[in-house]
Amino acid sequence: MDAFLILEDGTVFKGTSIGAEKEVISEVVFNTSMTGYLEVLTDPSYAGQATVMTYPLIGNYGICYDDMESERPWLDAFIVRELSRMPSNFRSENTIQNFLKKNDIPGIAGIDTRALTKILRDKGTMNGMVTTRRYNGDALKDVLSKIKEYSVTGVVAKTTTKGVYVAKAENPDGTRYTGSKDPKRVAFLDVGAKRNIIRSLQRQGCDVTVYPADTTAETILSQNPDGIMISNGPGDPKENVSIIKEIKKLYDSEVPIFAICLGHQLMALATGADTFKLKYGHRGGNHPVKDLSNGRVYITSQNHGYAVDPKSLDPKVCEEAFVNVNDGTNEGLKYVGKNIVTVQYHPEACPGPKDSAYLFDRFMKMMEA
Amino acid sequence: MKDNSIKKVLMIGSGPIVIGQAAEFDYAGTQACRSLKEEGVEVVLLNSNPATIMTDKDIADHVYIEPLTIDVLERLIEKEKPDSILPTLGGQAGLNLAMALDESGFLESHNVRLIGTTALTIKKAEDRLMFKETMEKIHEPVAPSEVVHSVEDGLRVAEEIGYPVVLRPAYTLGGSGGGIAENREECTEILENGLRLSRVHEVLVEKCIAGWKEVEYEVIRDSAGNVITVCNMENIDPVGVHTGDSIVVAPSQTLGDKEYQMLRTSALNIITELGITGGCNVQYALHPESMEYCVIEVNPRVSRSSALASKATGYPIAKVAAKIALGYTLDEIKNAVTGKTYASFEPMLDYVVVKMPRLPFDKFITAEHTLGTQMKATGEVMAIANNFEGGLMKAIRSLEQHVDSLLSYDFSDLDDHDLHKLLHRVDDRRIWVIAEALRRGYSYEEIHNITKIDEWFIDKIKILVDMENRLKGESMNETLLREAKRIEFPDNVIARLTGYTEDEIAEMRDKYDIHAAFKMVDTCAAEFEAETPYYYSVFGSENESLGAFRDPAKKKKVLVLGSGPIRIGQGIEFDFCSVHCTWQFKKEGYETIIINNNPETVSTDFDIADKLYFEPLTPEDVKNVVDVEKPDGAVVQFGGQTAIKLADALEKMGVPILGTQQDDVDAAEDRERFDAILQETGCQRAAGQTVFTAEEAKKAAGELGYPVLVRPSYVLGGAGMRIAICDEDIDEYIGEINQIAQEHPILVDKYIRGTELEVDAICDGHDILIPGIMEHIERTGIHSGDSISIYPQRSLSAAAKQRVIDYTERLAKALHVIGMVNVQFIADGDDVYIIEVNPRSSRTVPYISKVTGIPIVPLATQIICGHTIRELGYEPGLQKEADYYAIKMPVFSFEKIKGADISLGPEMKSTGECLGIAKSFNEALYKAFQGAGIQLPKYKNMVITVKDEDKAEIVPIAKRFEDLGYRIFATHGTFKALSDGGVKCYQVRKVEQESPNILDLVLGHELDIVIDIPKEGAEASKDGFVIRRNAVETGVNVLTAIDTAKALATSLENKSSELHLIDIAKLDDNN
Repeated sequence: MDAFLILEDGTVFKGTSIGAEKEVISEVVFNTSMTGYLEVLTDPSYAGQATVMTYPLIGNYGICYDDMESERPWLDAFIVRELSRMPSNFRSENTIQNFLKKNDIPGIAGIDTRALTKILRDKGTMNGMVTTRRYNGDALKDVLSKIKEYSVTGVVAKTTTKGVYVAKAENPDGTRYTGSKDPKRVAFLDVGAKRNIIRSLQRQGCDVTVYPADTTAETILSQNPDGIMISNGPGDPKENVSIIKEIKKLYDSEVPIFAICLGHQLMALATGADTFKLKYGHRGGNHPVKDLSNGRVYITSQNHGYAVDPKSLDPKVCEEAFVNVNDGTNEGLKYVGKNIVTVQYHPEACPGPKDSAYLFDRFMKMMEA
Repeated sequence: MKDNSIKKVLMIGSGPIVIGQAAEFDYAGTQACRSLKEEGVEVVLLNSNPATIMTDKDIADHVYIEPLTIDVLERLIEKEKPDSILPTLGGQAGLNLAMALDESGFLESHNVRLIGTTALTIKKAEDRLMFKETMEKIHEPVAPSEVVHSVEDGLRVAEEIGYPVVLRPAYTLGGSGGGIAENREECTEILENGLRLSRVHEVLVEKCIAGWKEVEYEVIRDSAGNVITVCNMENIDPVGVHTGDSIVVAPSQTLGDKEYQMLRTSALNIITELGITGGCNVQYALHPESMEYCVIEVNPRVSRSSALASKATGYPIAKVAAKIALGYTLDEIKNAVTGKTYASFEPMLDYVVVKMPRLPFDKFITAEHTLGTQMKATGEVMAIANNFEGGLMKAIRSLEQHVDSLLSYDFSDLDDHDLHKLLHRVDDRRIWVIAEALRRGYSYEEIHNITKIDEWFIDKIKILVDMENRLKGESMNETLLREAKRIEFPDNVIARLTGYTEDEIAEMRDKYDIHAAFKMVDTCAAEFEAETPYYYSVFGSENESLGAFRDPAKKKKVLVLGSGPIRIGQGIEFDFCSVHCTWQFKKEGYETIIINNNPETVSTDFDIADKLYFEPLTPEDVKNVVDVEKPDGAVVQFGGQTAIKLADALEKMGVPILGTQQDDVDAAEDRERFDAILQETGCQRAAGQTVFTAEEAKKAAGELGYPVLVRPSYVLGGAGMRIAICDEDIDEYIGEINQIAQEHPILVDKYIRGTELEVDAICDGHDILIPGIMEHIERTGIHSGDSISIYPQRSLSAAAKQRVIDYTERLAKALHVIGMVNVQFIADGDDVYIIEVNPRSSRTVPYISKVTGIPIVPLATQIICGHTIRELGYEPGLQKEADYYAIKMPVFSFEKIKGADISLGPEMKSTGECLGIAKSFNEALYKAFQGAGIQLPKYKNMVITVKDEDKAEIVPIAKRFEDLGYRIFATHGTFKALSDGGVKCYQVRKVEQESPNILDLVLGHELDIVIDIPKEGAEASKDGFVIRRNAVETGVNVLTAIDTAKALATSLENKSSELHLIDIAKLDDNN
């Protein structure tokens, strides 16, 4: 069946429908990872967005449920050049076609994804509609105005955990923790978290208590955690006004804090800095980030549409600890007089390089101190 | 930060092109030299291969085309006093030399350091034991193995590891004597043989991981410890086939992110632990049904795979590696493709790259086609597409071996039993066999179980097979045509399958607007705007190429056609010519466009031409580019046969051929027209006839009198050329060439025994410039590419020399040559006969340019642009002879191709060449032999066995070897001839006689030379074949032509006590 991608600038791509046959309006973003489509599909940070994969062959190794980064896919629509008609991998349990259908995710295949990516790169991220209906004339005009009206909202509430739960410490190989030291107790504020952040902490030997995004600082601090982790998540950080207030209180406590992606932005906003929307974001597994503490450059996994504005930083509060080598945007902060480090990118990888896993070691040291 | 104490760097090239070490090192070395010079570093270059671009005087400051030996290197360091050596960009040859000098303490005592990577690092990566220890230290798995010296130990280890095991004898060339043992019996047999063949009686017993997925990572590290991966690649052929012979896809297709990152992290850990600064290649075996993997090998240097990775991604590995060697860190080096980002990132592909090997079995008909751990490919092609099927289809038609689809080898007449057997055979036609199996409905599982090829790839082959069936069975419509083009079915194949003509298919494509569009290779999947015009074609997409745009600052647009994969008969020389032609057109103010498909070459570097189209070189693919670019003209005379073949098609497209016109090229190749020209110009040639059938050929031979030379018209590298001495030879020959597409007639010529001469000349339509006359050491009958070539010639009479000049001039004019022409002659006393005229650039152009200092290709290009020889400051005619002798020595790769007959004849067999250049002839000859790896004497033992006709001639030559102190062994007939002639020699038994016989002598590892002159014609003696093969595989120098033997004696007699090193870049100052 034919499917169409209608961009808010009026560009229409015609392709083939994949996944669920349903019409959605969403924010269209592109990801340049060559592997890890399932991790992308199930990363809650894509809630409210339709994702284009720039790599043309998707679905080659099928669906390995173990690789899911949350319990379901969150993005609104999936846009690819070609879905492999037959997956091949010893771990594969399903095809991507079935997976999309089962999870009610619509999509479009067979379009010139490179041409689409260039539009997004040149004009910036924009909204679009994926549909199997053909719109012309006035109908198209109406649809375009609807597309323009769309904005990503309420996505943190949608993706956060519905209740508190504890993820117990594990050995590095994933077996039950048998270490000699007592597990560190980490309070984990889930604002749309990827599983592997929690898993990374567990495998460092932490008992992780995962809290919903609307949990108050008092609730968290009352449990006397050894450290607090604020997760990644979707949407415009500024939308989370009440969460930001609670995070300010966490900042004021003396508990060591490590935050990733949205968590990083929320901490910056809580302490008076500003964020802005990037033209087309950073989504992929090849972004070079310089750790200013040692001058080393690490290849990182990234997925963000917003960034902290370094000009808005108060040097008395925080300083840049990490910067993007390509475009100089902020990639992480170190808080003055505080045991707080936050990064914009994803040291938990999945998908992407694991080169920054050392940051979890650093967090462990912060909790030791 | 840049280390400013590095001021003068010595780069070592990789020497002659041999299998396993091809043009990729010219590409890497050239890029590195340019990168160093860009930084103001003075570069000294050593490489024995004159056909390379790196040995141009404008690439390095000091250029030495000298043998790659320790002696030369030491002398060179004493002469040039470099402060550093960059050893990791010249392949294994360069690396080994640098390591030897480091180990001997020479470098330290001369204050020279290795930059890029330390000697310790190289040892850790290359020494089997140290490597194993290093990997164990960082918990990286390697396949369990142990070195054994006896059959008993071998069996014990095999039992410990568990069958199957791989057995690898140490120090046998080409991995001969090794193999996979499935059980005790096989293990015993291979061990016995392997221990016997190994010089040190040593065999490595290793766990067999054949059938696992083979995956490679290209990684880079700088001195600050920053690490990145440039690219990963998956071999379609699982472990067991050398990666150089595998079909390879980039990026990996069947690995999930977990596997991809697991191996990536491992590769980064390895490069970090080894402490490499620069590029490195790590090869893995990954279990297809678990996360288990092991490290197969680490190359602590730039390699063939890194050349492929560079072209596949646009990331210039050699250039970056050179900058890292100077001390820069990755985040200080700009990404040349985007011009904005830095080298510290990882390329992201939004397309698929397929590499296919170019195997030489069309030249070595008797050779085994099976592929294993010994690489056999001479070159490779790469194709870019946005689906795998398309990539494979494009790669297939880039191969230049008469294949255009999965239908090109027909196995349909095999019964199921035989097809099944063929599936088990790992050879160059395996994917065609799989296609046939799929056509017959074999299941993916069945094919996978036999071949171990991942089912994902089998499914892709099935998609192509399905399309063949649809085209055959369905009626043609827009959707079907669109889909066929999306997966890159060429029009001619569609036409064949549908019954339409090619023109009709083209019309339909016009009607439905199904045209190729071009996309950019930009390293970043379109995330950033890129500046490099490096394109590949796809169907069903928007065009990105700015083809229609005309740079107002440029005069005209010129299309330069490349020469395709490196293969025997068409080597790196043509890339040298294409690149120089492109550079000269740029200087003349033209906008330049290159089309080529060879990832190993300089011409496919994205900053050579203004635009690079990485495409197959077929008429349709070229037309796609022409449609977009609309060039004002095309140059075909520098790209060898590949380019020449496209001239007709270009003319049909309305693209003018610049320089000599295609009609004149045809005139030179069409027997009748050429005969008319010879008549008209009064040039003589050996009597001959043009025929089409075996009967006609035999009749012609009868009239001319045997021996005759038979060959197809339109050949390069003597493909299918043969000296026939009887009717049976002709029958057999016709049978053979009919297997190869034979559209053109066959030429039968009287065979004249004389001195072969060769001339490369430039003609502007009025005047002619002859840089020099070359003479071949071997008499006629041996292909010019396999002959030792001497410049300047030494044996022509004054009359004959004048005739050579006159004939060249007359022919060039008669053929209206504008640009290059190559003429081959036979001289017999004062008589001169034309062998052939090729109105194009030839194999000898790079070497003759270098020794005469005359920039032949740039001059010819200027002539093509409308300049004249006189206007360019040259006096027409034969140029003054250089003060040097330059001897071009062919180099062979026989030990790598099991079953190949190594005897020389009219069919070209050499893979590369080296140069000996010196003031005296003898020194030049000595250098040439040294450069070709014939470094003698060692044991002073030799074997001579010649055919009866040559027995008289061999006696004085044998005497000279005897005087040099050689112990000569000979079989009965030759023994008698030598003894009668007063040469002291020892008789040995023939192969079929009881042991000890001549074969035991050969396998005794104490022979320097075997001189074995076989009979001419197809009837090659079985005995001689066995001796020659065994000799070659045990590293003995084998000579099969009497003149070569004579030259070697001369070279050994006149071994200069001291070699004089000559800086080619300063030829005038060397006096």
